[in-house]
Amino acid sequence: MENTKCECGHNNPVGTVLCEHCGKPLDERGDRPDQPLDMRYEGKARRSQTKKASLVDRVWNFFSSVKVAIWLILITLVLSALGTVFPQKQFIPSNRPEVYYAQEYGFWGDLYYKLGLYDVYESPVYIALLASIGISLVICSLDRVLPLYKALKNQQVKKSPVFIARQRVTRTETVSSEEKEALLDRLAEQLSRKYYNIRRDGDSILAEKGRFSRWGPYINHIGLILFLFGVLLRHSIPGWYLDETVFVREGETKKLPGLNYYIENKKASAELYDSEEIPMGSKNGQNVVKKYETQAVLYEKNKDTGELKEVKKGSIIVNHPMKYDDVELFQSDFSTETRAIVLNVRDQKKDRIVDTFKVNLFDPKEEYRLKEGLKVTVLDYFPDFALENKRLENGKKVSIPITKSEYPNRPAFIFKVNAPGLKKPEKSWMISGTNLDDVNKENRFAMELKTLKTVNVSGLMVRVDKSLPIIFLGGIISMIGLVMGFFWHHRRVWVRWEEGTLYIGAHTNKNWFGLRRELEDASKKAEYPLSFSPEQR
Amino acid sequence: MVQLMEYSLFTTFFCYLLSTIAFVTAVTGKGSRVGKEVHTRIWGRRGIVLAMIGVALHVVFIVVRVMIGGHFTSNMFEFIAFLCFTIVASFIVIFFLYRTVTLGAFVMPLSVIMLGYASVFPREVEPLIPALQSYWLHIHVTTVALGEGALAVGFVAGLVYLIRWVGDNRMSRTATWLEVIMAVILMVVGFVLTSFIFGAMDYQASFRHSVEGKAVVQEYHMPAIAGPYEGKTVQADSFLGMKEPLFAIPSWMEGKEAARKLNSVIWSVLSGLLLYTVLRLTIRKRIYEMLYPLVKHLNLETVDEISYRAIAIGYPIFTLGGLVFAMIWAHEAWGRFWGNDPKEIWALVTWLFYSAYLHFRLSKGWHGLKSSWMAVGGFVVILINTIFVNLVIAGLHSYA
Repeated sequence: MENTKCECGHNNPVGTVLCEHCGKPLDERGDRPDQPLDMRYEGKARRSQTKKASLVDRVWNFFSSVKVAIWLILITLVLSALGTVFPQKQFIPSNRPEVYYAQEYGFWGDLYYKLGLYDVYESPVYIALLASIGISLVICSLDRVLPLYKALKNQQVKKSPVFIARQRVTRTETVSSEEKEALLDRLAEQLSRKYYNIRRDGDSILAEKGRFSRWGPYINHIGLILFLFGVLLRHSIPGWYLDETVFVREGETKKLPGLNYYIENKKASAELYDSEEIPMGSKNGQNVVKKYETQAVLYEKNKDTGELKEVKKGSIIVNHPMKYDDVELFQSDFSTETRAIVLNVRDQKKDRIVDTFKVNLFDPKEEYRLKEGLKVTVLDYFPDFALENKRLENGKKVSIPITKSEYPNRPAFIFKVNAPGLKKPEKSWMISGTNLDDVNKENRFAMELKTLKTVNVSGLMVRVDKSLPIIFLGGIISMIGLVMGFFWHHRRVWVRWEEGTLYIGAHTNKNWFGLRRELEDASKKAEYPLSFSPEQR
Repeated sequence: MVQLMEYSLFTTFFCYLLSTIAFVTAVTGKGSRVGKEVHTRIWGRRGIVLAMIGVALHVVFIVVRVMIGGHFTSNMFEFIAFLCFTIVASFIVIFFLYRTVTLGAFVMPLSVIMLGYASVFPREVEPLIPALQSYWLHIHVTTVALGEGALAVGFVAGLVYLIRWVGDNRMSRTATWLEVIMAVILMVVGFVLTSFIFGAMDYQASFRHSVEGKAVVQEYHMPAIAGPYEGKTVQADSFLGMKEPLFAIPSWMEGKEAARKLNSVIWSVLSGLLLYTVLRLTIRKRIYEMLYPLVKHLNLETVDEISYRAIAIGYPIFTLGGLVFAMIWAHEAWGRFWGNDPKEIWALVTWLFYSAYLHFRLSKGWHGLKSSWMAVGGFVVILINTIFVNLVIAGLHSYA
């Protein structure tokens, strides 16, 4: 057992660096008398230094180390940075990362994929790091704030001359016993004018101000813990977090995925800037979008009757989401979709239009009966037309028409046209954006595209995030802590007269320059000018 | 109005330049007539007054720009110019706290470089895309820049510390690395200079190539050393007889402007090395040795404290702007407060870096040398985020 009894008679717990009572350094090993004292946590013993037995204590000790905390910060930093070397999984235009990275970025891309860096922010390692930082924040703070609080609360005014003389800012002066009383009074008075709280104990003064700034880091840590806790909650409580996208065409009403709400898209629009609003040679080109807007109505479904009741109406614009209850709707995508095509059927022999008909691209009819007995049958329909090269068994290469998706990005039709007076039905090809006059030139009836019927589609992001208040509260608390800790400082001045010598020592947690100037000013006004410049130590 | 805007920016630049000269004169001059101390005081006062006039004119520029376009922080030119403003503003605050004339001799040249760098980017007032149409644009970007301005002053003080420290320890590894930092700074200067020279020559070249199946044309304003992958020359002014790019960039370099950006980097490195060589041959000393006389009278402990103080001021402001406000706006605009966008990640990296700095300093006692290196490193991270992430890594924040 170490001897922790100080010369002043006070018994200190094991691990104490500076006597709790008089401030005299206790641990002589590793202490260099020529150096200022280590004032961290007032030299108090922390829990991590006093208990070292059970598993709990070992875990506690591990996470209470600032060294460990710094390592956690640095590893998180490096992993985060590495995650931006190539785009993350969520940003790549492919759902096969195992092929994509190797193909796009070669060897390094492949390595990137294999190391799991392509999805690093969702990886167990990263999440474990954030969790460890959270634990470290709790334990580091508790381990330090309690002893610090006790030490600052039970401060003694009378400190050992050794303690005072070994502060970073210190002066030792010879002052006779006749002068000392008046001088101590003047010093106390001047420091008090500088908003110090003054305590006197015989020939000793303790002047202190801005102690609350010492709690700044801990309040900041509480905010950060709350923030991380909020993030944890949103992923662990069912119903607290929802992230979906819904695409609604103009005039359509759609259910919000996972919710009992329906959204109707009354009107969707995109507005461009006028060309004179865009400077010449703008890198954005001449088509710059000014505004995306969806006029929407939100309905809630009655669970019993199944009726839709309007609950909110308004426009959704980028930066101005629609909010109702916990649900938020964001304008996140806008596109124009071709719904239908309107075709003219021209009799090329008589050179006149026989009839006009509309084909719904999402649901074409099998047969269209037109004027003068004309009958148009849809033989085949490719909404998203493409030609695929195929090699037949006999070695010949042929192109086969296929559709890449069910969306009418490039609709193509094969029609059969029959009319009274035709010897046999004609086949008519139509591929959007392609001139097929050559193919169809034998035909008497030609299909001509009259107009496209388009509809605007809004992509709306549907969000529920019930942990947001906690997360933002965490942010606010964290900011309060940072401001407290960095924009104020804790300053203390110890003065003691003993046997013809006046000891003045001062400590601050930051801004020593300001402290020195303040002391010089105070001593000058106390008619006892002293210099506290660093060279004077 | 546009004229007024141009003039105010130009005079701002001029004031910063004159302020630099005044501060350098203050520290270097012997003041044989009036004595060293008086000389430093007089020229130091001239320097700070010029810096303040510059800041005032910079405010005029910002106000006029807002009156014309309604915003002032939406593209690279606007942001870097504003960052320059916040650096000088932070310096003025620090100057009145510590009265250090020497710091001015280092911060003001940085502001000159920054403003020069800003004006390399297109200066037209661009209309805002929907995602940027929010009052948060100003709140978020100005707070970020104010924080980064203070952190940049912390960087400069760290650099001053290193130069001062190396003067007493010439044979150290720190000396070598410090010289590397000096060379990198010269590369930035080189980039600004080459951009202006080729701009004045009105150099033009364009290359056609394809990005994701679409044919695009890249406009070059510097002779092409690196051309686009599988690019075809449309037109190229001759430079020293060179008409074709010397090599093409590999295919994995992303983005439609990747080749032009890499080309700029190559020019910066080459011109920076050229400047470095010329300087070394003229002064016959290392760069930091040239700078050492400016700082040799400084007290190391005070410089260390200034660096820390600037960072302590900048860190909360950066946290507020770069993380808290950023998250609030991201939630309003994109429906999520965090989306792993490269810019967001690098804001986090910056914040983690300075958090590590503070913990090293407060708990591990990293003062002085190590602390100064970290202040330098922090500014490098900031530059990566403001410049590299925008120009090289594509993301939601790629507004330049």
